[in-house]
Amino acid sequence: MDVDPTTPLLYVLSDDLGLRGPKFGCGLGQCGSCTVLVKGQAVRSCITAVESVLGVEIITLEGLGTVDKPHPIQKAFIEEQAAQCGYCLNGVILTAKAFLDKNPKATEKQIEEGMSRVLCRCFTHTRMLRAIGRAQKEMAR
Amino acid sequence: MKNPSLSSTELPMAQSAADALARAGFSRRDFIKGTGALIVSFSMGGALRTLNAQQTRAGAFGEPAAADSPPANEVDSWIAIASDGSVTAYTGKEELGQGMSTAQMQLVAEELCVPFRRVNLIVADTSVTPDQGVTSGSQSHPTNFNRSNLAGACATAREALLQLGSKHLNIPEDQLVALDGEIRSKSDASKKVAYAELVAGKKFALKVDPSAKRKPAGEWTVLGKPIGRPDMPAMATGTFEYAHNVRVPGMLHGMVIRPAAVGANLMNVDESSVSGMPGFVKVVVKKNFVGVVAEKTWQAAQIAKALNVTWSPAPELPKQETFYDHLRNQKQTRDTLLVNSRDVEQKLAEAATVVKATYYHPYQMHGSVGSSCAVADVQGDKATVWSPTQGVWHQRATLAMLLGIKPENIRVIFRRGSGCYGINGADTVTYDAALLSQAVGKPVRVQLTRKDEMAWENYGFAFTIDERAGLDSQGNIIAWDHEAWSPVLGNRPVYTYPGNVITGFLAGFQPEEFRPRSPAPEPANFSNNSNAIPSYVVGHVGGADHGAGKVKSERALLHNVVSPFWTGPLRSPQRLQNTFAHESFMDELAARVKADPVEFRLRHLSEERMIDVVKSAAKAANWDARPSPKPLATSAAGIASGRGISCVAYEGDNGYSAMVAEVEVELATGKLTVKRIVVSVDAGPISNPDGLRNQSEGGALQGLSRALGEEVTWDDHNVTSIDWRTYHSLPLGFAVPKIEIILLNRPDQPATGAGETAITVVAGAIGNAIFDATGGRIRQVPFTTERIKAALAG
Repeated sequence: MDVDPTTPLLYVLSDDLGLRGPKFGCGLGQCGSCTVLVKGQAVRSCITAVESVLGVEIITLEGLGTVDKPHPIQKAFIEEQAAQCGYCLNGVILTAKAFLDKNPKATEKQIEEGMSRVLCRCFTHTRMLRAIGRAQKEMAR
Repeated sequence: MKNPSLSSTELPMAQSAADALARAGFSRRDFIKGTGALIVSFSMGGALRTLNAQQTRAGAFGEPAAADSPPANEVDSWIAIASDGSVTAYTGKEELGQGMSTAQMQLVAEELCVPFRRVNLIVADTSVTPDQGVTSGSQSHPTNFNRSNLAGACATAREALLQLGSKHLNIPEDQLVALDGEIRSKSDASKKVAYAELVAGKKFALKVDPSAKRKPAGEWTVLGKPIGRPDMPAMATGTFEYAHNVRVPGMLHGMVIRPAAVGANLMNVDESSVSGMPGFVKVVVKKNFVGVVAEKTWQAAQIAKALNVTWSPAPELPKQETFYDHLRNQKQTRDTLLVNSRDVEQKLAEAATVVKATYYHPYQMHGSVGSSCAVADVQGDKATVWSPTQGVWHQRATLAMLLGIKPENIRVIFRRGSGCYGINGADTVTYDAALLSQAVGKPVRVQLTRKDEMAWENYGFAFTIDERAGLDSQGNIIAWDHEAWSPVLGNRPVYTYPGNVITGFLAGFQPEEFRPRSPAPEPANFSNNSNAIPSYVVGHVGGADHGAGKVKSERALLHNVVSPFWTGPLRSPQRLQNTFAHESFMDELAARVKADPVEFRLRHLSEERMIDVVKSAAKAANWDARPSPKPLATSAAGIASGRGISCVAYEGDNGYSAMVAEVEVELATGKLTVKRIVVSVDAGPISNPDGLRNQSEGGALQGLSRALGEEVTWDDHNVTSIDWRTYHSLPLGFAVPKIEIILLNRPDQPATGAGETAITVVAGAIGNAIFDATGGRIRQVPFTTERIKAALAG
């Protein structure tokens, strides 16, 4: 792929690769819409230069699971109907994934804290936190 | 809950129906216009009911529809049945995240008696859907779920299918039933005929009959059920196509350069400053509009940043510190009297006690989490745009003005954007993309920067509100006077004002003219669309009482003044601000006469549905009946707790809600924690209880964010709340209160608005709970810790 190495990873994923999961929200790393997983970490791709992740495996929301075979977190979000416009779901689900992988036994309070840098402007907070709790139980099995 | 896992993209084009039409040799538009289409013949004869001839507009605000839009009074404009039995419905009411697509699919399945999965919904596309104005103002539910439009078309079609089935089976209609896409004999299950056999690929050629019998809510099997949203799996797995994901072959990327200051004019653009940069395609200038086009997004961003643009100096903005007084002091006002019994001053003079208070509400922004984005493909005298606009037909009409192209040569296709909550940057960014595309003759995608989204959108209205009331010696309200000042500039572009949003203005179009008018004419017709009229007055206009309350002496007066910033509808526009003032003031009145806030409200209400929402919220919250404030009983940690109530008859009669909030306040610091929120909601018959809960939960928390943190800020020349550090939205991880939603189902009532009721009552309930806990009254939104602390100090 021939791109300017300073290009934020987000643009490469959404423009050059045509992925729909990671989304531009603020371009400032403040909202989480552009989140991807890099080595298991939730990374904000809008402020991550593509040159810094060369040769590294990157997981986007579509890579986490599919409609037919959703990841337990995706499944929990569908079951809880935990979205309104759904634009922020990418960041919410991937941030939750990175957090739960590291903190499988987190308390509700810790989960809230773990999600505290993600924005949902439809304010679907209650359902989202419930979905994350549900996925946590499912993933512990 | 079990959720249907339907198709993975947004309610896709109903290929079956479209294909059937194509095979028959005509387009959807031809189909509606009737050129060459097959027509099912009905012998309506004596059964033909009076048709509502004025149904030319499928929206709700009484404007005429675009002349070439599918007529709202034709069944064929709304539904088509394909040879495989699938039903395609066409709607102008969009899915903005509120679950409206799912509810409309339920409606179609219910009224037409077909399985939910067999319904396809085509949403807002000027080539195929009726002109329903904008999807806004809590109008989708009342507009499409009552007797006209989509619901009326489906009911009319079902009756027509029964009639056709009767003829086909040679069985009287009263011995037939519509079920699962078939007309069946009630007594002999073997005698049946599929809809497809009766009408597939043919036109109904019937007028929507408003007297066609809707299925009674008691018989519903699809509508009224908590069916999961079909778009949910695609959203959760990153495959859903938003406007942001639209990709067109040969598409370029644009960025805009907004003025250096509010009111600045373009002096010079130095194209040579960027023309050698990688990916550079063009600099586009049209009056004060400046944009760049490049091959890639990042290139466009770099070019926009590097472009040397000179702007004129601009006049200073009014000072934010004194802005609320600035509103009150404007000489040029447009005055509107909503209600006026003309005896308010006299009654106040006679009152045992007069209470006055002033409330302040800031400009707030829609602040979509994804900045607005659109794709436009303008080629010569034709254009296609993919836009998250709330009104495709409005967008088409104003794009025509902006581009100098005939409206009929423009196709506007709705694609969902990030949640908008009103007029965010969706319309303006569509203009941006269209202007840039026209300049380069290729498709162009534009997504605004965070700053451009936040600094130039049409903000929700700021308000200064004076409330005065007179109380008699028994502690009853005898007069209520409401007087408000609110700034306006621009609005939705509707059909004729591209200048109502920033891009149209920069490109040379003026916003709708501000027409001063003072004094206000006496009210001729009752409208409480803005909730300027408190719920507790009789609302006497035109010889009748229309209000929800009992107080006879009443006046509600609005002074609009010119705003320095663009303004427009933000979820519950005006209604939220006015309700904050009314409900806080009602609490102050109750406290003055040492009455319980719930009992005091009930004492002054006449509308049963209001009384019911108040009672049900209070009951569910286990309301602690006593006057406020609570006798101070702080914990060892210096924390006081309290409860507050607030309620609204949304737009007077378009939905009802009451909220009880329970809070804790740390007295030393003013730190507020909202512990619990109980909301009761009455939206008429419930179309999807889970969807209504989701809307109400979201409304309650969005209302909390607006009440506690959100405020547009500015300096001498520019808006300074331009990102998520400077505009304070509650993030996902804040201490979310426990939320309980009480749904009051009203199967016997018309469908009302549902998306804006809960948010309207939040600030009042929280402010009243703070007062109950501490005795400190907070009259300015947002309730920052500093303001709460100041209120505690008295």
